[in-house]
Amino acid sequence: MVDIKWDRILVTGEPLITMAMILIILTVLGVVVALTYFKKWKWLWKEWLTTVDHKRIGIMYIILGLVMFVRGGIDALMMRAQTAVPENTFLSAQHYAEVFTTHGTIMILFMAMPVLIGFMNIIMPLQIGARDVAFPHMNAISFWLTTAGALLFNISFIVGGSPDAGWTMYFPLAGKEFSPGVGNTYYFVAVQIAGFGTLMSAINFTVTIMKMRTKGMTLFKMPMFTWTTLISSLIMIIAFPVFTIALLAATLDRVYGAHFFTLSGGGLDMLWNNLFWMWAHPEVYIVILPAFGMISEVVAAFSKKRLFGYHSMVWAIIIISVLSMIVWVHHFYTMGVGPVVNSIFSITTLLIAVPTGIKMFNWLFTMRKGRIQFTVPMLWALAFIPTFLIGGVTGVMLGMAAADFHYHNTMFLIAHFHYTLVGGVVYAVFAAFTYWWPKVFGFKLGEKLGKWHFWLFNIGFNVTFFPMFFAGLDGAIRRAYTYSADAPYAPLMFISFIGTLFIAAGMIAFVMNVIWSIKNREKLACGHDPWDARTLEWATASPVPEYNFAILPEVNEIDAYWYAKKRNESFALKKEDIKPIHLPNNSGQPFIMGVIMFFVGLFFVFELHVPAFIASGAFFFMMLLRSFTSYDEGRYVNPEEVAKKETSWREVS
Amino acid sequence: MTEKRKFPISHVISYLLSVGLTILAVFFALGTNLSKETIMTIIGSFAVIQAGMQLFMFMNMIEGRDGWMKVTHTIYAIAMAVIFVIGSYYVLTAGHPIM
Repeated sequence: MVDIKWDRILVTGEPLITMAMILIILTVLGVVVALTYFKKWKWLWKEWLTTVDHKRIGIMYIILGLVMFVRGGIDALMMRAQTAVPENTFLSAQHYAEVFTTHGTIMILFMAMPVLIGFMNIIMPLQIGARDVAFPHMNAISFWLTTAGALLFNISFIVGGSPDAGWTMYFPLAGKEFSPGVGNTYYFVAVQIAGFGTLMSAINFTVTIMKMRTKGMTLFKMPMFTWTTLISSLIMIIAFPVFTIALLAATLDRVYGAHFFTLSGGGLDMLWNNLFWMWAHPEVYIVILPAFGMISEVVAAFSKKRLFGYHSMVWAIIIISVLSMIVWVHHFYTMGVGPVVNSIFSITTLLIAVPTGIKMFNWLFTMRKGRIQFTVPMLWALAFIPTFLIGGVTGVMLGMAAADFHYHNTMFLIAHFHYTLVGGVVYAVFAAFTYWWPKVFGFKLGEKLGKWHFWLFNIGFNVTFFPMFFAGLDGAIRRAYTYSADAPYAPLMFISFIGTLFIAAGMIAFVMNVIWSIKNREKLACGHDPWDARTLEWATASPVPEYNFAILPEVNEIDAYWYAKKRNESFALKKEDIKPIHLPNNSGQPFIMGVIMFFVGLFFVFELHVPAFIASGAFFFMMLLRSFTSYDEGRYVNPEEVAKKETSWREVS
Repeated sequence: MTEKRKFPISHVISYLLSVGLTILAVFFALGTNLSKETIMTIIGSFAVIQAGMQLFMFMNMIEGRDGWMKVTHTIYAIAMAVIFVIGSYYVLTAGHPIM
């Protein structure tokens, strides 16, 4: 099976890749020098790399997601630049294929997932009044496995070549028969490793929500973001194992010459499509549901009203989660399996519009007669509604099997899912980012640059993707690296490129805003509840102390914190009520496990079987070690320390 | 445990029923002249009944504070397995077969 050209393992000859390589080396050198110069190595290890604190893990997840957002964004810019004018030669066909493959994979698996899991980590335990997630140590392992997967995937373009069969990795193209290099193996191995992390996170969150809610917090008193975290986690638990098996089978095909999806030897290539979309359709709901939760929180907080139709919101997400499991065939109507199958899946697909519509109306009715504050997070939430609506309506168009034969594989589809995933997930993430930033760091993000970011990104997004609907209808197919000068959609493609420049400018405003706000953090400092919000995460100090709550709060209604404020209840704390708080110890094991898993993956990619098995053995040894050392006394935060910290936001007597 | 220890009557019933079902299965397999398919269908359905009985009556499925949770996620898991297995088979073979 081995046909790896070891003498040509580093990708050379592409000026762009060489430039990236030099940049990476310089960045790594810069970070190492800075850490050594400021003597921060010990701080990095003790405070971050070994942490099991859900808030810090959440922050690291979000940083990982944002770094990947930049990587995926650069891929996007390159694609739009290549297709800006007809018969462009900026990228070669092969390079273009690699770029759209990594763009898709990174944006879904290494940007959307880590950012959302990061927010779930930080916010969900606070919203249910818990001190941490159920399994803090496992939480750290999840994070380091996800990071190992992300890193492995990202080094592919300089070591061995990138995956190039699209993020969907359809067989037989993705198999050894048609893609002999190591590129596509990277995908199967790296995504598998990140998938382990995701699955463990999902189990962790489900147990946390089921078992660790504070007194009085019944399921139907939970904030909407916690609800969506729960339902999302349940979908992950169901959908990810399917993908795990599909990826394993594909890895066996590529590395050990098995015949699950090959053309020869009795393989069935369409089985990959089938299994892939059984995971990937629920996957898009895994990323959109928490986004819905974020929007619900933001809309309710800035309309100063209780979320309209809370129960119907919950039932809507439950119904969406069930429907998400039975629509997968709408991704390959054109497989030609016949009108009966297509009709059945067409109906289930169109049904999804019903619960989603309920949610849309609930957000609108929440705002109705509310005192709306046009803060930056609210702007993102407001823009989310029409943008996501366009995505949803075009989704219904695509859901009709007969019409889909026309739209299939065109830019119309690209425009549709960017309207749902960017207009849905990314807008919600920016809303959540500005909304919860003060909770995490104790100061707000700047309004002015925040609004620049919002308007540039929002205009840029629509200018980029709206023309694509028409380009698609005019016949522009997706994943085509160039087109002829006679193509009727050439001007639309150029407009689309202009739009991406606005998005890039918006992202620069975003980065500038974060840097500016950190510099001016004293001026922007705010109390523990700067938005006058409703849910429990605001009922503790900002930044949140490591123990979350001095005394676990008790609730007996939805938005209990808001009504407690309305009734002028006292939040003063009596010293004698504070008991020592038990917290888990930090551990270096998760980080080491992540490093080992990175090498396991790398060895499998390069088909170095002996090192791969040795490294796998090392990983199992770490699991064994954990089994024998998991008895951990933990540590206690003493009441005096708690009292001292609590004075930052409330009276302590 | 604060619950009173009652005589495990449901365990006894389910034990007897399990034994009975097993004997019946042996009888159908060895003692009748039915076709192979029929026998497989009959003893297959016995197996499903027995598995359900064991889950609910033996394995503390509905006991304890979070019994409903165990029931819910078992049903959920079975439903998903059905969707994935039967769904795949249906999608890949209905219409004109690809295999």
